[in-house]
Amino acid sequence: MATAILQQPGTTAGKTAAAKPKTSRSFLRGLLANRKALAGMAVLAVFIVLALLAPVLFPGDPSRITAMASLEPDAEHLLGTTAKGQDVLALTVHGARSSLLVGLTVGFASTFIGILVGLASAYFGRFIDEALSLVTNVFLLLPGLPLLVILAAFLPPGLGTVILVLVVTGWAGSARVLRSQALSIRSKDFVAAAVVSGERAGRIMFREILPNMASIVMGTLLACVIYGIGAQAGLEFLGLGDVSTVSWGNNLFWAGNEGALLTGSWWVFVPSGACIALVAFALALINYAVDEVTNPRLRKIKAPAAAPVQSAPDTRATIERSAAQ
Amino acid sequence: MRFILRRLGFYLVAFWASITLNFLLPRFMPGDPVSRMFARSQDRMQPEQIEALRKLLGVDDRPLWAQYTDYLHNIFTGNMGVSISRFPTPVTEVISSQIGWTLLLGGTALVIAAVVGNLLGIAAAWRRGGAVDSALPPVLVFIGSFPYFWLAMGALYLFGVVLGWFPIRHAFTDGLEPGFTPEFIGDVAAHLVLPALTIVLVSIGGWMLGMRNTMIATNSEDYITMAEAKGLRPGRIMLRYAARNAMLPSVTSFGMGLGFVVGGALLTEVVFAYPGVGYQLLNAVQGLDYPLMQGLFLTITAAVLLANFLVDILYVRLDPRVRSN
Repeated sequence: MATAILQQPGTTAGKTAAAKPKTSRSFLRGLLANRKALAGMAVLAVFIVLALLAPVLFPGDPSRITAMASLEPDAEHLLGTTAKGQDVLALTVHGARSSLLVGLTVGFASTFIGILVGLASAYFGRFIDEALSLVTNVFLLLPGLPLLVILAAFLPPGLGTVILVLVVTGWAGSARVLRSQALSIRSKDFVAAAVVSGERAGRIMFREILPNMASIVMGTLLACVIYGIGAQAGLEFLGLGDVSTVSWGNNLFWAGNEGALLTGSWWVFVPSGACIALVAFALALINYAVDEVTNPRLRKIKAPAAAPVQSAPDTRATIERSAAQ
Repeated sequence: MRFILRRLGFYLVAFWASITLNFLLPRFMPGDPVSRMFARSQDRMQPEQIEALRKLLGVDDRPLWAQYTDYLHNIFTGNMGVSISRFPTPVTEVISSQIGWTLLLGGTALVIAAVVGNLLGIAAAWRRGGAVDSALPPVLVFIGSFPYFWLAMGALYLFGVVLGWFPIRHAFTDGLEPGFTPEFIGDVAAHLVLPALTIVLVSIGGWMLGMRNTMIATNSEDYITMAEAKGLRPGRIMLRYAARNAMLPSVTSFGMGLGFVVGGALLTEVVFAYPGVGYQLLNAVQGLDYPLMQGLFLTITAAVLLANFLVDILYVRLDPRVRSN
């Protein structure tokens, strides 16, 4: 992409990382002192606990029919029932399991591939960098949602397919961001020193370069999880997921299929969408907090004009945009 | 010039990759999707048409490379086979009748979101901590966290079904004669409002934050201080000095946004039953119409690549640094 040309060596995070060896600890402390991060983590924790406790809170198959169809929310069914007579609250709480599982798996897998590709590109350079960048950019450019749809249509339906398809379409964005960050660290003196002292390539990549880009990796991971949850919901809403599992996307698919909105049963439709939004918002909050903690310019209102720090402001926008797709 | 040629080469590689992906998918996927398709629609087709489709989708016994060269030849002569679900209309005809609607919907939404989002970003960065800067970003990020289709369905229900302000499906009222009459144009515009508005709503936050963060970086550049010292009017500094230099990442985002236009409006088109290529793609997937599916994917990819290439050319005009090396 054309931005690659503008990416200056030495982004903000890289500078602070090189200056202070104990960045990761102060980074965590900064994160815990940040209101946005705390709010995001609290919301996320609630959802994880709910997902883990789902079989205890609502034992049995959540999609079994327990009551009359299309009941409005009342004391017995706190969120009402679907057009089939399933309890919406049970479906929503159980849906958290699949949605969070897929989101986290996709997030970790895409970030992992992104780290491998980014580090290999930055460390080996030359031909390997050219080849990997080419592949990354091609995947970045292929329209995400249509590719998702095509892949999902050809592969046999199932949770594994959903995860595979989302990773295939999601890894490139993180690879590009991590490559540009790794490149700037690659050019630092301590990496050159490690090369001269004869350390193995793997050790330099994972023990020297990687720890110094922890905050960018974390930001990428969060963006990838947001992408995973959103894209899974979209895919399932289109009926291209595994319609037999209970997840937020499938809940919305069935809500649409049973005409929940046309009959006015908004309570079937609202909870799952709101849950996706809350989780995504919580992750986004943590993401912005990571940004604020590592980029002093975004934190302070009056930025000191003296320090000529080059920042890479377009990376965030890029992640965002690719996540939106 | 060298830059342009390099980019052109890259886009050709990307296009070749998507053609090859298209070629390989039906041939290596488990479950033999092509036979399923034939089983469904055999009785409606002539034997020679079946034979042509078998060749296109790889259900024949010739060696792979022979199939591949044939496939490439077909693609470059514009022969993408006939649609199964709209038999016997050629795929190219189906696509050309629909791409206009997608461009209209996506283009309108993209331009509005980019212009308004960038202006808001400029305003927010210029007055750090002001009303625009503190109130809007959290709201927009929160709205952006909602799944696209969920917001779209909510808007459809609220403004289309309950309030009845806007039409709820299709691009124009059934039975209206298409033409450049005021009545028809007004009708199309009315059908455009809801789908375009939902896209703008979820994408505007990314534009705004991207612009804001870039502009905060440019605001502390020396030439801004210089302009202030010269006593230039603040409005002039804001737009001609700071915003102008912060625009570049937004130009790249615009290129990626164009990709989103063609492919990403899929969910919106599905919710509003808007007759664009995304809606058609889902129909093709559901109807196991593989030739149409492949044709649509290739068209979407080609459009994305072309859009990005045009943005690259624009970039050369805008950024002298690209020209000099």
